[in-house]
Amino acid sequence: MRYTVSKSPSVDIVSGLDTSHSADQFSGPDLHGHFGRYGGAFVGETLVAAVEELDRVYQKLSKDPAFWAEYDKDLKHYVGRPSPLYFAERLTKRYGGAKIVLKREDLNHTGAHKINNTIGQALLAKFMGKPRIIAETGAGQHGVASATVAARLGLECHVYMGADDIKRQSANVYRMKLLGANVISVESGSRTLKDALNEALRDWATNVDNTYYIIGTAAGPHPYPMMVRDFQAIIGREARAQSLEEYGRLPDALVACVGGGSNAIGLFHPFLRDEGVAMYGAEAGGEGVETGRHAASLSAGRPGVLHGNRTYLMTDDAGQIIETHSVSAGLDYPGVGPEHAWLKDIGRVNYVPVTDLDALTAFRELTRLEGIIPALESSHAVACACKLAAGMSPDQFVVVNLSGRGDKDIHTVAAIDGITI
Amino acid sequence: MSRISKTIAGLQAQNKKVLIPYLVAGDPQKGLTVELMHTLVRAGAHIIELGIPFSDPSSDGTVIQLGAERALRQGTTLTDVLAMVSEFRRSDKQTPVVLMGYLNPIEIMGYEKFAAAAAAADVDGVLIVDLPAYECEELFSAVRPRGIDTIFLIAPTTTQERTAAICANSTGYLYYISLKGVTGAAIRDKSEIRDKIAHLRSETSLPIVVGFGIKDAESACEMAAISDGVIVGSALVEKIGLLPVQGPCSSAQLDEVVAVISSISEALQSLKN
Repeated sequence: MRYTVSKSPSVDIVSGLDTSHSADQFSGPDLHGHFGRYGGAFVGETLVAAVEELDRVYQKLSKDPAFWAEYDKDLKHYVGRPSPLYFAERLTKRYGGAKIVLKREDLNHTGAHKINNTIGQALLAKFMGKPRIIAETGAGQHGVASATVAARLGLECHVYMGADDIKRQSANVYRMKLLGANVISVESGSRTLKDALNEALRDWATNVDNTYYIIGTAAGPHPYPMMVRDFQAIIGREARAQSLEEYGRLPDALVACVGGGSNAIGLFHPFLRDEGVAMYGAEAGGEGVETGRHAASLSAGRPGVLHGNRTYLMTDDAGQIIETHSVSAGLDYPGVGPEHAWLKDIGRVNYVPVTDLDALTAFRELTRLEGIIPALESSHAVACACKLAAGMSPDQFVVVNLSGRGDKDIHTVAAIDGITI
Repeated sequence: MSRISKTIAGLQAQNKKVLIPYLVAGDPQKGLTVELMHTLVRAGAHIIELGIPFSDPSSDGTVIQLGAERALRQGTTLTDVLAMVSEFRRSDKQTPVVLMGYLNPIEIMGYEKFAAAAAAADVDGVLIVDLPAYECEELFSAVRPRGIDTIFLIAPTTTQERTAAICANSTGYLYYISLKGVTGAAIRDKSEIRDKIAHLRSETSLPIVVGFGIKDAESACEMAAISDGVIVGSALVEKIGLLPVQGPCSSAQLDEVVAVISSISEALQSLKN
């Protein structure tokens, strides 16, 4: 399939809600935050007023060009956008198929895509006059991105992090502390991301008057999945314009890793209406889906309700949330954003599990062949893209979201290699 | 008239306040729950809220989280909880039982199947913490025709508009949350609660009971004086946590655990409605 490009494309991307399309199946969610049967706002009564207020404020601000102008300004001068679209020539050669092209979110300030969202939500917090910010974090990237914007705006910041994640991401914990954030170790449940989210929700219910909760992924109660998607869609808008500019057409496929799914929905969303663009979400296959030790909720889970939204979950027959496993802390989450759940059901996006082992191989290959150390999360996307590209023709190209850099993961990889650093 | 409405109306006719203890089903042993329920009734409980344990209780404080963890370590499932209600009913046909919990276990069981099983077990009401009024129709349309009351929480943050929607969907009683926070926190502002409840009275004729943060006879009397009764959760679950997780448990041990409820019951007796 070929695309007609009517006018000379440009990489000057202007943010804001997409008004170029009439309402269609991809213009969701509905007023109560539903993507098909997924999404919604399943929170305790104390928080209902808070999510409704946030929804009202966001509905208003997101129609205000001045809001997006400030967001774009911060992305350009503080984050360093646009991020490059880089042709990974040696990696492409290694697999001998379609061109593998990397969307370099790892080059953003703080080293991952997470900052796109925290910049946007910090503007909301500022507008709402909330002096206190809370956040949950898994790998620590969202915690660092939240602590960063809080430092910049002079806001108090508390980050909830599972005790097990604190151990495996100690560098990011120290970064957050340097930035002035208070890192709170969560000892309950499985002591990972889901428990950090529970604890952040408890904090929010307790301090709802003065606190803004920056959720780090495109999940949680409405309006978060929509809002986080809108803030991350800059990735896809840039990638779309850059593809047209550099390759004269849209990519044949997009690949992104999916934990909660914010980097993936950010890349995918601006392409959803482009029928010729195939999409792949790489989930954490852990030790293999057949072992049960994984975090592939779309590939191997089922619909349920957790953390404010109906979505695919890792849940047992009794409705209890199952402990997940992944070599990457950022993907170690038993749910996924509701828009992904819906995109799976309608067949628009293919979700595939990638094992720890394959992700580690991709981590090493990208490092050695391109001089880029990817985050273990992003390594799942790279692994999926390599496999995909190998079966495609050299005149095609695949855009992979390199959502973060791997400096935070060197201790994990060294430990796997039996090295203490 | 439902068993819950009848119970509360009967108490109101005698100028008495409603006392509703909350415990987590299966905590600390599956085999102890029914006995604990009977002991609570003897200690003065009028209605029992039986918690369905969930792995991620994000509206609960530490005490009830730990109770849920203990129950889950015993392998307690929603099916087990329903069986406990059936067993309780064999020797107690009067005391209403309300199932309180989070949506996912019910969602995974299936709404129709849950509604049928709850009715068969003679459950009197359901309260789903993370099911707001505008999402409740699918589940409650399965539950209501079976004569099961649908109970909602009202928080200090609940807006006027939502209060109307919640009252329209509620039967049995309204559960007023005394504070901004999670279960087991400390109540700070009593006059605000009094004002809110006075306002709620103008919206609904449903009985209003107060929960979250009621720890002892004193706080129970304060809250009962401005409402129709109280719910006591964390203060009881904390004591239940002292029971052995396996092996036999004497009735003296159970009496000791429910002493907090007996003392609240006694204190409420002296309160004039």
